[in-house]
Amino acid sequence: MALASSDNGLDFGRVSVWLNDPANWWGPNGLLVHLREHVYYTLIAVVIALIIALPLGLWVGHTGHGVVAVAGLANGLRAVPSLGFVVLLVIWLSPKIHASTTIPGLVPTGSFQYFVPVEIVLVVLAIPPILTNTYAGVQNVDPAVRDAAKGMGMTGSQVVRKVEFPNALPLIMSGIRSATLQVIATATVAAYAPFLGGLGRLILDGVDVINDPHSGYPAMVSAGILVAVLAVVADLVLIGLERVVVSPGVSGRVARRRARPTAIPAGGAVVELAEA
Amino acid sequence: MNVWDYFRDHQNDVLHWTWTTVWLAAVPLVAGLVIALPIGWLANRFRWTYPPLVTAAGLLYTIPSLVLFVVLPGLLGTKTLDPVNVAVALTVYTVALLVRVVADGLASVSATTLSAASAMGYTNRQRLFAVELPIAVPVIGAGLRVAAVSNVSLVSVASLLGVAQLGTLFTEGSQLNSLTPILLGLIMIVALALLFDGVILVAMRMLTPWQRAVRS
Repeated sequence: MALASSDNGLDFGRVSVWLNDPANWWGPNGLLVHLREHVYYTLIAVVIALIIALPLGLWVGHTGHGVVAVAGLANGLRAVPSLGFVVLLVIWLSPKIHASTTIPGLVPTGSFQYFVPVEIVLVVLAIPPILTNTYAGVQNVDPAVRDAAKGMGMTGSQVVRKVEFPNALPLIMSGIRSATLQVIATATVAAYAPFLGGLGRLILDGVDVINDPHSGYPAMVSAGILVAVLAVVADLVLIGLERVVVSPGVSGRVARRRARPTAIPAGGAVVELAEA
Repeated sequence: MNVWDYFRDHQNDVLHWTWTTVWLAAVPLVAGLVIALPIGWLANRFRWTYPPLVTAAGLLYTIPSLVLFVVLPGLLGTKTLDPVNVAVALTVYTVALLVRVVADGLASVSATTLSAASAMGYTNRQRLFAVELPIAVPVIGAGLRVAAVSNVSLVSVASLLGVAQLGTLFTEGSQLNSLTPILLGLIMIVALALLFDGVILVAMRMLTPWQRAVRS
């Protein structure tokens, strides 16, 4: 690609040279090490966010309590700049953490006090999309379906587990997708915290030595492209997962094939009940 | 040192950075809307273009901001410190967000309304500007509010590459190991985001007088 003007040394030609050097992939400071860290940071944050937001969202959607608070919180958090949040916690919280926990390949010695604040930021940013989509998904369930479930004698928790959750699953999955993208992007910024890895490390370390052919612009662009690829792959994996976990009745894939009479409202939900 | 004293001491810098942040967030918002309107219209008018256009827009939105800030100088031939990179990157995000919103907004206009307008003698073009777009204002405006708020907070990421704006308060606080500039930066950016949100909200109300007429 000769799109770039070479007068400022930001040449894409050098990016492909950089990418063709195996040492830049497999080395101790290579792309793959940082990719693995990036994936781990993301997985940890999304799983913790899911553990917090999913039950809370189901509860809010089921009971209708706290809808205003949740929606307001989610909107407010969008305005908070993630970089400012990361820096704030690193300055304020990190000196208070004295544990010297190390996790091989993930948290090297001395970095635990920076790992914790960054994960907190990632979790906090991942919660709103999952939370809002979960309660919106539950609230969108056809009231007739919910009534039918109650009429069949289901208890409150059975309605949540067997009716509301499966019907809300498509929206919940799309919440998880936005949360994951958000976390992958923010984990790049979070490398501003000292001693932390992830692909953002290569980008931020390159800023000061931008004309360096080894760790300057080519490394930054390569890491950047890999983050973008990671984001797209993660999204595709979650779309695939969505197809597996969402009941065919809910997603409408079954209804079309069987050509049922149109008299059944929200046919998917009824099929779901019959199976449960 | 408290936040207010810090602000007084660095008044010139902070006000200058605030101004830069306003421009870097506002210009892409307008540019993004101008670009997204025809694309969204296309996606609505010819339905077969909807899936590819909306998917492509969604794909753009998955690119992390820091990555775009880094890659754009290579594509545009600009310098890394050039604020143009930030403006272009945020325009890309605004377009990515608004294409779907514009298409869905236009699609939300009911078929009866369209027939009525045509029966009254509106040409297709007149109908688009006098009927469809005004009716889509609430939907498009809601998308614009999301884009505005996220633009304001994304601008700050550019300070990692040395582009001076309100986010510089974060890197400064980190270097000085001081909470004061960080808090000031957070306050200013959140306030600015709320201001953008409010301006769009007021503009939406002014563009949709019939909504108030119905209520009262």
